[in-house]
Amino acid sequence: MSNNEQNIVSIRNLCFSRGARKIFDGVSLEIPRGKITAIMGPSGTGKTTLLKLIGGQLRPASGQVIFDGSDVHSLSTRELFNLRKKMGMLFQSGALLTDMNVFDNVAFPLREHTRLPEPLIRSLVLIKLQAVGLRGARMLMPNELSGGMARRVALARAIALDPLMIMYDEPFTGQDPISMGVLVHLIKSLNQILGLTSIIVSHDVRETAEIADYIYLLADGKIIAQGAPRELEQSDSAWVQQFLHGYADGPVHFHYSADEYFADLLSGVN
Amino acid sequence: MLNFFTELGSATREAFGKIGRGTFFLLHALSGFGYVGLRPRLLLKQMYSVGVLSFLIISISGLFVGMVLGLQGFYILSDFGAEESLGVMVAASLVRELGPVVSALLFAGRAGSALTAEIGLMKATEQLSGMEMMAVDPVKRIITPRFLAGLICMPLLAALFSAIGVMGGHMIGVGMLGVDDGSFWSQMQSSIDFRHDIINGMIKSLVFGFSATLIALFEGYDCLPTSEGVSRATTRTVVNSAFAVLGLDFILTALMFGD
Repeated sequence: MSNNEQNIVSIRNLCFSRGARKIFDGVSLEIPRGKITAIMGPSGTGKTTLLKLIGGQLRPASGQVIFDGSDVHSLSTRELFNLRKKMGMLFQSGALLTDMNVFDNVAFPLREHTRLPEPLIRSLVLIKLQAVGLRGARMLMPNELSGGMARRVALARAIALDPLMIMYDEPFTGQDPISMGVLVHLIKSLNQILGLTSIIVSHDVRETAEIADYIYLLADGKIIAQGAPRELEQSDSAWVQQFLHGYADGPVHFHYSADEYFADLLSGVN
Repeated sequence: MLNFFTELGSATREAFGKIGRGTFFLLHALSGFGYVGLRPRLLLKQMYSVGVLSFLIISISGLFVGMVLGLQGFYILSDFGAEESLGVMVAASLVRELGPVVSALLFAGRAGSALTAEIGLMKATEQLSGMEMMAVDPVKRIITPRFLAGLICMPLLAALFSAIGVMGGHMIGVGMLGVDDGSFWSQMQSSIDFRHDIINGMIKSLVFGFSATLIALFEGYDCLPTSEGVSRATTRTVVNSAFAVLGLDFILTALMFGD
């Protein structure tokens, strides 16, 4: 099997900056088909930015993103839009359209991109909603949903067009233990049943390690470590150990860089 | 001193950048006409929220402006014994100036600010981004119908404002102050010209509707997606629309009635 068929996404030497700040400095990674790959790292390391680069919403300064055999950033707008039909994205907030109910939200991509008759759309929507366990909530408006439910509806919408790959942006943040468990289970089972490829961006170590096949650890614009969850657990890098176990001090300092403490205190006196 | 020039330079650059982004935004929104043509429901919904929901504020303001014109006009005209011309005065000031201008200012405050806040919040809650990832162009889907709705509704609202204003002036002039009913209407009928006054007023309100809606939509689309960013953008919408409307009004008046 060629490299292209094995990996749905290959990122080569990606550089991206925001203003003067370098977010990515030569990142390369591969997302294998059919697997759940996690991209983890501290807040503010540009994990969400990476997803937007894969989806073609942002342009890199240099480097390539290949999705399913085509270079995302050399496509025309029309080709890019066609490519996006093959990827689903689950935003942190769910990004449901607030002026439509749950049913119409899930039906939205189907109505936009297909000419299916309404009865068929209804069946498809109900199938997707059943998969996330919210068939009974179809008439609710987005503001009547809890955070976990909104994310499940968004998930149903993301799989409406049967994409090849789903990108999850911080799927577990701010969830209670039960909805967290539901989401973990859903991501895992959808990936298996629908034959999807999943990318999870997260900093919830335990939940992500539970379902991920492979993990990339990202910090300071570079990939610091990678491997299956077990391998990372046994890593002897102090940074990896600090991140995985949440130690307050370590290679990532507790104190934001500042002048020497006593000198700073005394400089205020007279 | 150097600081001053640096700031001046960066402000100028920012201003020109905004003009450029605004122009591309406008072209992008115009390119969505076909998309909206296939989905007329989107347009109808926006015409309801931009137009129909502005009826009340436009009618009530029109009534009061007309009543004030009736009073003030009567005091001045009666000094010259010309109170019979009250109808002309009220109608001409409403149709040429106050109708288009005041209704555009009210429109910017009522509908424009709502558009900016709505689109800014859609941006902040990633709805625009989400649409993009579902391969739907958010400008065509969200912006174009709102833009068209503003363009269609503004002249209609201005006409409503003028019509109700004339009735307000009639109520005060004829009903309260005893101006002759027949001469109020007949003088108005003979002096107000359809092309010169009414069509020009309509053109004005079309231009105002274009700029006020474009400003509101662009500010929302271009804002920083935070609560502070949205609040600032909403303020900018109202302030910039007012400037644009009043400035354009001067230019249009000079061009239309200058002969």
